[in-house]
Amino acid sequence: MQIDVNGKAFEVEVEPEMPLLWVLRDELGITGPKYGCGIAQCGACTVHVDGFVVRSCQLAVRDLGNRKVTTIEGLGSPEALHAVQAAWIEHQVAQCGYCQSGQIMQAASFLKTNPNPSDEQIDAVMSSNLCRCGTYPRIRSAVKAAAKKLQEG
Amino acid sequence: MGIVGTVTRRTFLIGTAAIAGGVAFGTYLVKRPIENPLLADLKDGEAAITPYIKIDASGITLITPRADKGQGAYSIQARLIAEELDFDPATAVITPGMPGPAYYNSAVLEEGVPFPAYDDSAIAETARQFMSVPAKLMSMQMTGGSSTVPDGHHKMRMAGAVARETLKEAAAQQVGVDRSQLTTEDGHVVLPDGKRIAYTELATTAASIEPITDVQLRPSSEWKHLGKPTQRLDMPAKCTGTEKYGIDLVVDGMVHAAVRANPGVGAGVKSFDASSAEAMRGVQKVIAIKNGVAVIADNTWRAWRAADAIDITWEQGPYPENTDAIFAEIEKVIDQDEFRDHRNRNDGDVDTALTAGDVFEATYKVPYLAHAPMEPMNALVRVTDTECEIWTGTQIPLFVRDHAAAMTGLDKDQVLVYVQPMGGSFGHKLEDTHVLQAVEIAIAMKGTPVKMVWSREEDMTHDYPRPGSIAKGRGTVSNGQVETFDLSVGQSSLMADWFGRLTGLAIPGPDATITTGSWDQPFAIPNYRVTGYRAPTMVPVSSWRSVGASGNGFFHDCLLDELIHKAGADPLAERIRLCMHEDSRKVLEKVGEISGWDGPSMGENRGRGVAFCLSFGVPTAIVTEVTNTEAGITIDKVYTVVDVGEVLDPTNLEAQVFGGVVFGMAHAMNCETTYENYAAQQNNYHAYEGMRLYQTPEFETVALTNAKKIRGIGEPSVPPAAPSLANAIFAATGKRIREMPLNKHIDFV
Ligand code: FES
Ligand code: FES
Repeated sequence: MQIDVNGKAFEVEVEPEMPLLWVLRDELGITGPKYGCGIAQCGACTVHVDGFVVRSCQLAVRDLGNRKVTTIEGLGSPEALHAVQAAWIEHQVAQCGYCQSGQIMQAASFLKTNPNPSDEQIDAVMSSNLCRCGTYPRIRSAVKAAAKKLQEG
Repeated sequence: MGIVGTVTRRTFLIGTAAIAGGVAFGTYLVKRPIENPLLADLKDGEAAITPYIKIDASGITLITPRADKGQGAYSIQARLIAEELDFDPATAVITPGMPGPAYYNSAVLEEGVPFPAYDDSAIAETARQFMSVPAKLMSMQMTGGSSTVPDGHHKMRMAGAVARETLKEAAAQQVGVDRSQLTTEDGHVVLPDGKRIAYTELATTAASIEPITDVQLRPSSEWKHLGKPTQRLDMPAKCTGTEKYGIDLVVDGMVHAAVRANPGVGAGVKSFDASSAEAMRGVQKVIAIKNGVAVIADNTWRAWRAADAIDITWEQGPYPENTDAIFAEIEKVIDQDEFRDHRNRNDGDVDTALTAGDVFEATYKVPYLAHAPMEPMNALVRVTDTECEIWTGTQIPLFVRDHAAAMTGLDKDQVLVYVQPMGGSFGHKLEDTHVLQAVEIAIAMKGTPVKMVWSREEDMTHDYPRPGSIAKGRGTVSNGQVETFDLSVGQSSLMADWFGRLTGLAIPGPDATITTGSWDQPFAIPNYRVTGYRAPTMVPVSSWRSVGASGNGFFHDCLLDELIHKAGADPLAERIRLCMHEDSRKVLEKVGEISGWDGPSMGENRGRGVAFCLSFGVPTAIVTEVTNTEAGITIDKVYTVVDVGEVLDPTNLEAQVFGGVVFGMAHAMNCETTYENYAAQQNNYHAYEGMRLYQTPEFETVALTNAKKIRGIGEPSVPPAAPSLANAIFAATGKRIREMPLNKHIDFV
């Protein structure tokens, strides 16, 4: 089957029930999305499918259809950062960093649908992503800063 | 005033070594009689170098031997070097340094590296208190052992300074001027006429001259990198998904391994049937291993799925079958002389004090806790007839090397351990049995690189958790003051377990970690006693972020809070009155000041609690404010004050402090590892929730610098976090909770 990841078409020949996460990581070598729990608890594997957040450990590749997948690698790069990534760096969010591609993908999609979130909305939406290092205070400030920047355009 | 760094000043000296096309600067070791036994491979007078800086035509490489598992160790080590070497560390290649064939003797890798990163402070601290461990063993394991910052603070800057002056000397000789006329800037030596020569062009000359070791370190007032808010060097990679962790590595011809080991940790397999697994797509092989079964497949998911399809009958677990039975064993040892492990604090006359008047008594309990870092345990290993290569995130690369050498029958220098950035550890990567499991599989797959990745379930059910523990507290008060404090702590010895796994040796004598965080607190109570009782080895246990203080911080401070309450004194004022250590007292005073402390009550349904713990040399005080809402407790704000002697990176310090508080409170709220039928019951994050963003309080953190010694900050904020929360809940609700997790007794929003 063919899947579209970060604007590129890939031919993959796998079991239809293989979770997208493992197709990305092991078949395509796209390792930005991380494995943390495999049961939709941690959000480390978060990617965008047609712009919406999806836990890639939960999406069987057969259910992808011809929708487009964006991983953290497709969001921005060290040379061309997405506003959320720039805010993350400015606020020095990451510690071990393992959860952060998921956190950033969650925040980027959230701010797209809700460009002017309240503190409560930020808390609620970002609570679906776990961080064992406890970077939450800076996630909070980075999301706010990114929202502001995106609004200023 | 700079510090004069002469060769005899410390136990190390900085030197150079020629390498292919360039020069390496680092700690230079000469073997002398009866010194570091780990230098045994060297002949007397022979020298070897542990490089920190490597310069050749291709650029500058910084070798930062202390592992990074999220605490920013790579970054701070690089900045320490750059502070003296005058270049932008962001332009350098930064690597943990193992292994480099050309320029250093493998024996030298032993120098100071067995316990990289801030954990050194944990272990060194513990080791100092672990009195009966044979001195020889300790010195062997602890060479150079203190934490990344206290240790590297001097060494890394010295390496930078020696490199700078030697490069200047090389330039001086090349152009025929005196070194004193030269300066350095941005990776270049600047000549009197303003012309610049890049360090990279001077490398070969620098390698051929005597290193300049008589150097002055710059005083902190002249620092450009250190002491200022900085950007961590690993931040862009970690925010763009480009950081490669061990789990992300791919090498040519690699296969994937899944394992299922006995959930009764340490026990073996009776029998298994892998016939359906073997027929599954992508499966190449099923291998019986020491405590379980491994599946080799062409993809992680296929390997896991096949592993799930194996029908395994386990041997019975090697410890009591469930949590109740385990805690019953712990309960049995407390206050029983035959199980007394140590009594490191015994002031006044506790026994007499407890016979008179109104004695307060309470029992406290903390659970076993898994480490559960976000990146599950993994290792990539390739074994051939002549080499064993291991790529993994580890805090103990030398133990990994030695153990793998023993397993493969190779020489130690044929085992190459490439330390990878870690997606957390919290102490789990002070263990290496998971790496050795991958080595075992790779031996069976000789010639083929095998990447073994544990599923989350495998990870959380095969951890070596923080020991569960019970403490009995007693005390008296008089005239509004705490008069007697007596704490008896019972638990299994994590040090005996851990040293046993690493060294194969039984360690005689006491394990002070049973009471670390209790016996060593800076209070002057007239009758003050802390006793450790050792429960038998049961579930194998290990160090968990902040080690002994993780449970003792809760025991000691909760008992103290109860006695202060009984005395009718103010929780903060009485702690300050009892405190006999000036740096600690200032920390308590400061936390009172920034939190606007005016007693525990904050009006209806609101309250604040204070807690204090001195651990890893860092006095840490926390004030936590909570509200008791209809839906449960909310943690509103946390004020933390620490004293670290000197702040090298304020941005990262703050992150480590609030990260430690979140870690401490997360587990206090709702985490425990319990056992049923020998198996850990919490096998994934749904049952080990921790803290989420909506539960996260606001933070205010202050770092004082009154202490004489510089200290690391990865752990000290963990121990006082839980008691400050429990004490705050008492202030807001009148309810004393003496058992963690606290949600057994109260709801959290
Ligand atoms: S790995 Fe998908 S949510 Fe945790
Ligand atoms: S930064 Fe380590 S888990 Fe989030």
